[in-house]
Amino acid sequence: MTQKEIEVILARQLADYLAMPIFIVDPAGNLLFYNEPAERILGMRFGETGEMPAERWSTVFEPKTEDGDALEPDSLPLMIALTKLHPAHGSFWIHGLDGVPRHIAVSAFPLIGQADRFLGGVAFFWEIEE
Amino acid sequence: MKVKLWGTRGSLPSPGPETTRYGGNTCCVEVLGSEGTLLVLDAGTGIRRFGAAIPTPPKRVDVLLTHLHMDHIQGLAFFAPFRTPGVEVHIWGPASASLSLSTRLSRYLSPPLFPLFLREMGSTMILHEVPIGEFDIGEFRVDAALVCHPDTTVGYRINASDCVLTYIPDHEPALGVRDFPLKSDWTSGYELAEGANLLIHDSQYTHEEYRERVGFGHSSMAQAMQFADLSQVEHLVPFHHDPAHGDEELDKLISQAVETTNPDFQVTPGKEGATFQLGG
Repeated sequence: MTQKEIEVILARQLADYLAMPIFIVDPAGNLLFYNEPAERILGMRFGETGEMPAERWSTVFEPKTEDGDALEPDSLPLMIALTKLHPAHGSFWIHGLDGVPRHIAVSAFPLIGQADRFLGGVAFFWEIEE
Repeated sequence: MKVKLWGTRGSLPSPGPETTRYGGNTCCVEVLGSEGTLLVLDAGTGIRRFGAAIPTPPKRVDVLLTHLHMDHIQGLAFFAPFRTPGVEVHIWGPASASLSLSTRLSRYLSPPLFPLFLREMGSTMILHEVPIGEFDIGEFRVDAALVCHPDTTVGYRINASDCVLTYIPDHEPALGVRDFPLKSDWTSGYELAEGANLLIHDSQYTHEEYRERVGFGHSSMAQAMQFADLSQVEHLVPFHHDPAHGDEELDKLISQAVETTNPDFQVTPGKEGATFQLGG
């Protein structure tokens, strides 16, 4: 089993201790980890979903714009952060895996490690009170 | 591959009657390949005695620094080959995100902390910012990887044709892990250590000490055993002993850990002067 880069391991450890929802992906956008606060918004425990390909997580939550139009995976802040290598922010609706629609805001940034190694991305997100 | 421990202490040199068996010198390990390639792992105070014991100056020696904390570089200028004209001394160590290895090393090896500048040592010195990944030194293929320890720190996996030595003297893989160890892919240092014939690993603290020093960058003896078990190594050498731990306390700490866990691998206490022969 390939070991994650140390910066990714430390990001997970930090996420594990924070009370804010965090989602971590590899450079290709594949889900590596989300923490307990994120589980409450995404509607399923990480232990149940496990790691997930980018194509799956970017559609399984059925992201929609504020107007209800389907959001293309490339438009998600985390995918923008990965492709453009700069921070991105946005708000949109998702459908949690528990069946509950939630309005969320997301701030994402690419994870650049020592020696400018591109290691993936991290998204912080939170539920918008209606 | 011959491996000899010249300094096994962490943090601070600790000479005295209570440390005569484990030694008081800080980290330094000699690695000699079957074809004569000579590596020195870290340049703590143990490197002085090592340099003095080399009968004739080598043409080339490679010093691999895991990081630039004082207990890993303090002996560098006292390493005889480093001051010998005609000897090529290659120093490998990590740069930081913004400072070169030369700049970082010069902070110590320059006035007012040291009377000479790095460039005045006498030998032919070549600095290498250690690449993350594989590189070759003589007969060895070396893997370097960043590991969990404050400031930029690497561990090394030294691959010979018939054996593997892993050296991670300063390592806190349990940092932030609620139930250590996690799976191998989420464990710092795992790929460096996986299946190694010999693992020299941080075991600085007792369980109680670790609880008070989380984030200092070190492991407890029990965590070192768990990491070695996860990595399926053949042989563990507990290393980087706390300056406050005397010989009797270390004997007890290590023997208790072995009795408690009954490991599948061999455990040999990291004592100054200990030698290991790996491979054929």
